[in-house]
Amino acid sequence: MDENSSARLKRRLLGIVYRIGLFLAMLTICLPGLWIVISSLRPTVEIMAKPPVWIPQEISFDAYVAMFSGIGKGGIPVIEYFRNSLIISVTSTVIAVAIGMAGGYAFARYRFRGKSGVFLGLMLTRTVPGIALSLPLFFLYVRLGIIDTHFGLILAYVALNVPFTIWLIDGFFRQVPKDLAEAAQIDGCTRWQAFWQVEFPLAGPGIASAAIFAFLTCWNEFALASQLTRSVSAKTLPVGLLDYTAEFTIDWRGMCALAVVMIIPALTLTYIVQKHLVGGLTSGAVKG
Amino acid sequence: MATVSLRKLTKRYGTVGIVHGIDLDIADREFIALVGPSGCGKSTTLRMIAGLEEISAGSIEIGGRIVNDLPPRSRNISMVFQSYALYPHMTVRENLGFSLKIAGAAKGDMDRRVAEASAILGLDTLLDRRPSQLSGGQRQRVAMGRAIVRDPDVFLFDEPLSNLDAKLRTQMRTEIKKLHAKVQSTVIYVTHDQVEAMTLADRIVIMRDGHIEQVGTPDEVFRRPATRFVAGFIGSPPMNLHEATIDGGQMVFASGEKLPLPGQFKSNVATGDKVVFGLRPDDIYPTGHGISSGGAADVHQIELPITVTEPLGNETLVFVEFNGTDWVSRMLNPRPLRPGERVAMSLDMSQAHLFATETGKTLRS
Repeated sequence: MDENSSARLKRRLLGIVYRIGLFLAMLTICLPGLWIVISSLRPTVEIMAKPPVWIPQEISFDAYVAMFSGIGKGGIPVIEYFRNSLIISVTSTVIAVAIGMAGGYAFARYRFRGKSGVFLGLMLTRTVPGIALSLPLFFLYVRLGIIDTHFGLILAYVALNVPFTIWLIDGFFRQVPKDLAEAAQIDGCTRWQAFWQVEFPLAGPGIASAAIFAFLTCWNEFALASQLTRSVSAKTLPVGLLDYTAEFTIDWRGMCALAVVMIIPALTLTYIVQKHLVGGLTSGAVKG
Repeated sequence: MATVSLRKLTKRYGTVGIVHGIDLDIADREFIALVGPSGCGKSTTLRMIAGLEEISAGSIEIGGRIVNDLPPRSRNISMVFQSYALYPHMTVRENLGFSLKIAGAAKGDMDRRVAEASAILGLDTLLDRRPSQLSGGQRQRVAMGRAIVRDPDVFLFDEPLSNLDAKLRTQMRTEIKKLHAKVQSTVIYVTHDQVEAMTLADRIVIMRDGHIEQVGTPDEVFRRPATRFVAGFIGSPPMNLHEATIDGGQMVFASGEKLPLPGQFKSNVATGDKVVFGLRPDDIYPTGHGISSGGAADVHQIELPITVTEPLGNETLVFVEFNGTDWVSRMLNPRPLRPGERVAMSLDMSQAHLFATETGKTLRS
C-alpha cells in the first residue's frame, strides 16, 4: 500500500470518528428536549419508572387535551398565559432592540466623554443575577402599583436586555465600514438616510440575532416573572408551569406538555430568523 | 465644473494640529494631486473639502460658494474612497444609481445615466453582480462609475489605486487620465505615490506635516524643487542629497571630499554656509553613458568606486560611493561594471540643487 492510499484511508477513518463524536455530542444536547416531548405523551407511572423506560409503551395526547379543557377538568388558562408571554416578550424585545440600536450605534461610531466607563457600567449590570433583584423590585413595584401587570414585567425585561443588545449590536455596527456611511452621505444622503439605507441593512443580521436572544430571554424567564406576577392576567407561560404543582403532587406529564407548547413558538421563530442570520454580507464592501 | 479655493484651512484635534492653515486655488477642470508621506494631512484636507471632517478654521469655497458648514450632500462633489466603499447589499446597477435614487430621479433618467457611466467604464456586463463578486479592478471601476453618475462639480479621489497590484495600478492610472479627459471635471487626487501624482496631475501640491511645501506643475516640482523635502520626495530613484560647507568656490563634504560650487549658485552663498547639495541620478553617469541635458560646460569629472549595480534592461542603476554613502546614478546604454571597480563619473553641475541646511529652502534665486 503506497503512502497516498494509506493517507486516504486515514482521512476516511478520521471522518467517521469525527461524525460519531458529533452525533454523541448532539445526542447529549438534544436528549432533554426529546425526553420532555416523550414524557408529555405517556402516563406518570412510566415517567417515574426506575430504571427509565426509553421506548414509550403507550402514547396519548391526553395531557394536551386536558390542558385546553378548562378549569376543573385538569386545564389551565394556556391561551391567557400564551397571550401574556407574547405581549410581554414582543414588546420588551422591540423596545430593547430599539434602544440597543441607538446605543450600539453611538458606541460604535461616536467618541464621547466617559464612553468606556458607561460601557463597562452597562456590562457590569449583567453580573447581577436577576433573582437578587426580585425582592427589591417586588417592593418597588408594589409601591408604584405596577405589580402583576404587563407593564411591570416589560420594564424589568427591557432593563435586563438592554445592556446585552447594546453590546451585541455595537459589535455588528463596528463591522460595517465607516466609509460606507460616508460614501452614502456624499451620494446625497442625510446622516439619517445613510443609516437606514446602508448601515442598518448591513447590520441587519446582527440586529436580528440580538432580537432573538432578547426574545428568548423574555420568553423563558421564570425567576423574576414568578415574583412579579400572580394573576391569570399577567402570568407568563414559564410561571404557568407551576399550575401543575399541587400540595402533594406534581403533574409531570401536564408540565411537560406545557413545556412543549412553550418551546414550539420559540423554536419556530429561531428557525425562521436564523436563515436570515447569514454572515459575510459585508464582504466586498471594501478591499478584501 | 467649478473652482475650489482653500483659505487658511486648518484642522485641529484638541491641541494637536493636523493641517496648519493652507491656502490653495484650484482652477476649473484642473487635475490637482495632493501628495506627501503618510500623516502629512493630505487625506484630512480632502475629507474637509468633502465635508466629512469639520474644519477648525479657515474656509473652503467650491464654485465661488463658501461651503464650510454645508453637509457633504450639498457640496455637489463625489468621492472615490481608498477602500472603494461600495454598498455590498446592492448590485452594481444599484450602487451606480444610488445617488440618483436618493435625489429622486425618474426611472428613465436613472437608467440612462447608469448606462452612460457603465459604458464609459466598461461595466455593462457586470451590472447585476454584487461587489463581492467583482475583482479589485472592477470594484475600483464601479467606485469611479458611482462618482461619474452624480455629474459632480468636483471629483475627490482618496488614494484610489493603493489597494491594487502594481500592474493594475498602472492600467487604472491611464483610465483615470482618460476619464478626466472625457468628463472634464475638476479633480482633487490624494496619493502618497509621487509617480501617480507626476503622471496624472496638471499641478502637484506637496504637503508635509500639515503645511504645503510647494505647488507646481510636475515639471516645476521635478526641475525646480523649492525645498530639500520636495527634492527628496519627487523623482524615482530619489535625488542624491549631501550636506556640505561652502569654502570659497568649493563644497566640502563631511568625508573631506570636495566638489566645485555649481556656477548658478555662486552669488547666493558665502564661505562657511551650510548647504545641502542635490543631484538627480540622471545627472550623474559613467562618462559617456548619460542623458543629462545640461550644457557640457559645467560637467565635473570624478572617479568613484562602484558598490552595486541594478540592471533594468535599457539602463542600469549604478551605485557609487561618495561621502561615505551610496550615490545613485543612471547609466544609459549600459556596459558591464563590477562592484569595486573605479569608474570615471560625470556630474552635470548645471542641474545641481543647493538648499540651505537650516531652512531646507532652495538657494536658487
